[in-house]
Amino acid sequence: MKISTRQVDGVTIVDCSGRITLGEGSVTLRDTVRDLLAKGNKKIILNLADVNYIDSSGIGELVSAFTTTKNQNGELKLLKLTKKVNDLLQITKLYTVFDVKDDETEAVKSFK
Amino acid sequence: MGITEQRVSYTLDSTLQTVDSAEEKATRIATELGFSDDEIMQISMAVREAAVNAVLHGNAYAPDKKVTLSFERTSENLVITICDQGAGMDLGRIPNPLAPENLLKTSGRGIFLMRSFMDVVEIRPSHTGTELKMIKHVHGPSAGDKEASQ
Repeated sequence: MKISTRQVDGVTIVDCSGRITLGEGSVTLRDTVRDLLAKGNKKIILNLADVNYIDSSGIGELVSAFTTTKNQNGELKLLKLTKKVNDLLQITKLYTVFDVKDDETEAVKSFK
Repeated sequence: MGITEQRVSYTLDSTLQTVDSAEEKATRIATELGFSDDEIMQISMAVREAAVNAVLHGNAYAPDKKVTLSFERTSENLVITICDQGAGMDLGRIPNPLAPENLLKTSGRGIFLMRSFMDVVEIRPSHTGTELKMIKHVHGPSAGDKEASQ
């Protein structure tokens, strides 16, 4: 899994690509989000457009990122889900938990 | 393994590499059997989740404990069996991940996903380990064509 971050109008966009699975992928995502929060970046968008696979551990990491951010008075949203990831979030009923966006500009604007 | 063989089994170490290896084997075999792309993804993910349970929760990465994985193809089904050598899963402690109180938990979705993706999932725990059997029915015409050609 590869991750890079960029800033757009005070929002941190985390561009993820590859697989978010048990092991390296999950750890990379976890470390990235925790590092951002530690540095005071509390408006976070996970861009999952290039995430082609996610397992239950990866789903758990998305949940963990969401709750960790929320517990620190931040906000984390998901952007551009692939069909596979979208289907998994529907099956697990997490689609209603996450704020999911399709358009980056709209996603950035949606933060208060 | 070729798809002309009816059954193949593997004995694997209790490592993260086993999880990836099990998934890759499932993908290859499901592809060879002519399942659709969606079904291949479902079978592969179900096997991955089962392997995660066997390696982490069953054998707890113990180097002296093995995971056995088998694929059996019958005329109507792909039957996948994964066994670990752990203390045996407690079926009474499997939470419903869709319950509101569990929705934001970071784990506990593996068996739910297996049941979502496979037609049959049977779990048989014992004090010498857990046997997990999953069945996917062969539906598509492509799978039937391959079967007829063998």
